[in-house]
Amino acid sequence: MAYESLEEICRFCEAEAVPFWRAVLLDDMNERSASESTSIDTMRNMWQAMLDASNAYDETLTSQSGLVGGMGGQMEAWRRKGNTLCGDFVSEVIAQALQMGESNACMKRIVAAPTAGACGVLPAVLVPLYRENRAEEKQIIQALYTAAGIGQVIAARAFIAGASGGCQAEIGAAASMAAGALVSIRGGDCGQIIQAAAMALKNLLGLVCDPVAGLVEIPCVKRNVIGAMSALSAADMALAGITSRIPPDQVIDAMREVGEAIHVSLRETGEGGVANTPSGKEIAARLMIK
Amino acid sequence: MNIFDILGPVMVGPSSSHTAGAVRIGYITRSLLRGRPVKASIGLHGSFAATGKGHGTDRALAAGLLGMRPDDMRIPDSLVLARQEGLELDFHNIQISGAHPNTALLNVVSEDGKAIEVQASSVGGGRIMVNKLDGIIVNFSGEVHTLIVYNTDTPGYVAQVTGMLAGASINIANMNLYRGKRGGCAVMVMEIDQPVPPEALRWLEGREGITKVIYIEGEA
Repeated sequence: MAYESLEEICRFCEAEAVPFWRAVLLDDMNERSASESTSIDTMRNMWQAMLDASNAYDETLTSQSGLVGGMGGQMEAWRRKGNTLCGDFVSEVIAQALQMGESNACMKRIVAAPTAGACGVLPAVLVPLYRENRAEEKQIIQALYTAAGIGQVIAARAFIAGASGGCQAEIGAAASMAAGALVSIRGGDCGQIIQAAAMALKNLLGLVCDPVAGLVEIPCVKRNVIGAMSALSAADMALAGITSRIPPDQVIDAMREVGEAIHVSLRETGEGGVANTPSGKEIAARLMIK
Repeated sequence: MNIFDILGPVMVGPSSSHTAGAVRIGYITRSLLRGRPVKASIGLHGSFAATGKGHGTDRALAAGLLGMRPDDMRIPDSLVLARQEGLELDFHNIQISGAHPNTALLNVVSEDGKAIEVQASSVGGGRIMVNKLDGIIVNFSGEVHTLIVYNTDTPGYVAQVTGMLAGASINIANMNLYRGKRGGCAVMVMEIDQPVPPEALRWLEGREGITKVIYIEGEA
């Protein structure tokens, strides 16, 4: 039986003296009757697919609607000028998030994490660390187990679909997963992992799903950037010893409550928020004719 | 949900429900048809109709009918590939009362003249549900091995089929029985833990009163 709370994972880790990622691995082996090497190979394939997707970014492509494309290239060019506000590493994270979101919109191959719309958040924080030799493949794979365990609990206690709980359920969940992954890479303990997960999600509570013309483009591509930012800041806070006053599982429960309260027009129907602005409606009308 | 439902699938974008799920619907329809499709008339319902084009739902369904999986890089070009492979496609919008918002109704004909009607929905995260086969409610996901047996609605067929499965040491995870009208056509849908050997399928097909046997290997 998969874990239904982050506390439960931490209790298991303490009782069995294993790290967070291993608790998730052991549960997967049990759930799918898989050997350790089979499970790890599958996870390594996911990581390889993320790297391949990152390498395959093509800044000359635009989506079929013509709405997105090229922003990842623009951000990367700005980073190379060396005068960014965010600094080199964070600027690369921003560029990666945009690139993955755009690749998805352009029908390229990506890894849903936890959804296609939020596919940019995890690779945005992991790929730059890996490329700068600040994380080895082994650490990344362990971090992906950590992320998957957090995502599984969010899916069990709340939801991971924009249609169910708004963007907080997709980008919020992805940020929470990425925050835990980052703490895992930096050697944080179970407590710090779930604190990071809690803070990253808490800071995105209430985020609505309001895609223009119902497409995974506006505002989805750029929302991947804010997911990655929330993950980075929450991970550093957790590593600094800062905690969420509201326990992590209760934060996830709050996400569910907020998601259920979000009006249906703001849950992937393309009827509210930026989709309902004059420009958003004009774009939708134009695409319907096309 | 296992961890690779959370981290994964590896898929061609942009939408797990409107693209990856649509590929799976096309793919499972091809498996259910048991042959190479040459003609497909596809009705799009709800959100599939409203935002399908921008999500590549039409190309995704065509790709699945051509035998592609959700991570196939050729998905964006599938409409051209379909023409090259002699698959004639027609897409139109329909309304199916009470259906899931992401639903497609596919009428498909194979090169050897077999025809099937599949109503399936994409229920989130790329997972799907086949709702109806030739108008009969079935409701299965295709994620695990699935055996579907059509028979005349008279006593004894469930015992025959389950007896065969027991003899082959195959465990049934879920089982549902459906029928149109009493004494008419009945359908058994079984999700099972072990694969069914080909000789067992041939044995089933040879039984009097069993009109059709469909077997789908699970993806896991």
